[in-house]
Amino acid sequence: MSAAREHRATNSTDKNRKEIRIMRRRVWILVLAAPIVLAAAQLVRDSRGFTASAAKAPTSGAEVKIDNFSFGPTALTVAAGTTVTWTNRDDIPHTVVSEDKVFKSKVLDTDEKFSFVFTKPGTYGYFCSVHPKMTGKVVVQ
Amino acid sequence: MTKKVKDEILHDHNQDGIDRRGFLKCMAWAGTGALCVMQGGVLKSYGLSRLSDLGASAAAAGELSFVQISDSHMGFSKPANPDVAGTLKAAVDKINGLSNAPEFLLHTGDISHLSKPEEFDTVDQILKATGKEVFFVPGEHDVLNDDGAQFRERYGKGAKGAGWYSFEKKGVHFIGLVNVMNLKAGGLGTLGHEQLEWLEDDVKHLKSSTPIVVFAHIPLWTVYPEWGWGTEDSAQALAYLKKFGSVTVLNGHIHQTMQKVEGNVTFHTAASTAFPQPQPGKADSPGPMKVPAEQLRSILGITDVNYVRGQQALAVVDSSLA
Repeated sequence: MSAAREHRATNSTDKNRKEIRIMRRRVWILVLAAPIVLAAAQLVRDSRGFTASAAKAPTSGAEVKIDNFSFGPTALTVAAGTTVTWTNRDDIPHTVVSEDKVFKSKVLDTDEKFSFVFTKPGTYGYFCSVHPKMTGKVVVQ
Repeated sequence: MTKKVKDEILHDHNQDGIDRRGFLKCMAWAGTGALCVMQGGVLKSYGLSRLSDLGASAAAAGELSFVQISDSHMGFSKPANPDVAGTLKAAVDKINGLSNAPEFLLHTGDISHLSKPEEFDTVDQILKATGKEVFFVPGEHDVLNDDGAQFRERYGKGAKGAGWYSFEKKGVHFIGLVNVMNLKAGGLGTLGHEQLEWLEDDVKHLKSSTPIVVFAHIPLWTVYPEWGWGTEDSAQALAYLKKFGSVTVLNGHIHQTMQKVEGNVTFHTAASTAFPQPQPGKADSPGPMKVPAEQLRSILGITDVNYVRGQQALAVVDSSLA
C-alpha cells in the first residue's frame, strides 16, 4: 500500500491513478480474504481430528482402587482407547495426578471416582499430590 | 522405629560427639494442643490435656506463652472421630481454662479436611471463642484444588510466596513456613528455593541469642520417609539457623507427639485435635486409627514436656511438673 501511494505521488496521470485503484482493491481483497481461507482450512482440520477421535471411541474400561494409601494395581496395562477409573476407598482424601500433567483429578473423598480416557500409547506415571509417596502408572499399548 | 528413621537432615551442632542414637527420642499420644512457654529463651511445651493436673504454678513463670494446635481436619466425619468440631471445642475449653492465658495461638495446618470454605468457617468460628490471635500455616488438606489460593486469601495476607512469614513477640522470632506445595511424585514435603532464600535473608540480621521458633505443617526432620513424614530440603533451612542458640521447630501432620533434640534444635510434633495416626511403620498405612469412641479422648490424653538449654543437648521429657 505505501509503495502504491509513492507510485501515485510521482506519477500523476489518469492512467496511473486507475492502475493504482485496481492495485488497492486487489490488496484489500487479499487482506479480507486471507483470514476466511485460513479459518476454512482450520475447520477442515478440526473436523478431520474429530472424526479420528470419534473412531477411537473407548473400547473398554479398567479400574484402579485406592486403598490403604496405595494404588491397586500399581501398574496397569490397557489398550489405547481404554477408560481408566480410579475409586478412593480410603477414609482420607486422595488425588490422581499425572507426572507429565496429562491428567489431574480434583480431590477425591471417600468413594469418589475419577476417569480418564487413554487414547495415545505410552507410559503414564501418576501420583497422589496430597500423599506423593503414593505412585502408580498406566501403560497404554 | 530407630532402624527406619533416617537422620540425614540433622547434625551434631555442638560437636559433642553425641550421635543420633544418643539423642533423646520420645513418642507419646498427646492431647488437644500444647502450651508453649518461653523461659530464659528456652521453650517448654506442656500437653494441654494434662494442664489441669499441673496446677497454677506450672506455667506461671515465663516471658511468653502461646498454644500450638494442629490438624483439626474440620469436615472429617469417619470412624475414630465423627465429631471433630467437638474435639476442637474441647481444645478451646482447655485453652480458655488456662490460668496463665497464652498470648496467641499457632495452628500448624490441616485446618480443614477438604479445603471447603465452610470447613474453614467452622474452625474460625470455634477458635474465635479463645479471643486470641491465631497464626496459621497450611497443611496439604488446606490447599486442595486451588494451589492454596483460598488459604492465602483467608490467612496469608501480608505473607510471602505460598504463605510464609515471620514475626516477633517479646524478643522471640517466629517463622511460619510452607512445605505442602508443589509436592513431587515419590517425594516428601518441600520448601523450595524461593522460600529458602527468603528464610536466609529473614534471619541473617538477627543476633545469635535471639530465640527462634519455626512452625510448619510437615515435620522438618525425617520422621518416616516411607510415609512421606519429612521435608526434602529441610537441611538447608536448618543450616540457616545453625548460629542461633535456641531453635524450636513445631510441626503437625503425623497426628501424634514426637520430640527430638539435636544440639541447639528441639523438634516437636503436635497431636491432632481430630484423630490419631499410627506410629511410624506400625500399620499398613498412615490412615486414621480407629479406636472405640469412649477411648478416643483418653488416647488423646498424654502429655510430654521438652526442655533444651543453651548449647547443650539436654532434655526433660514427660515431666509431671506437679
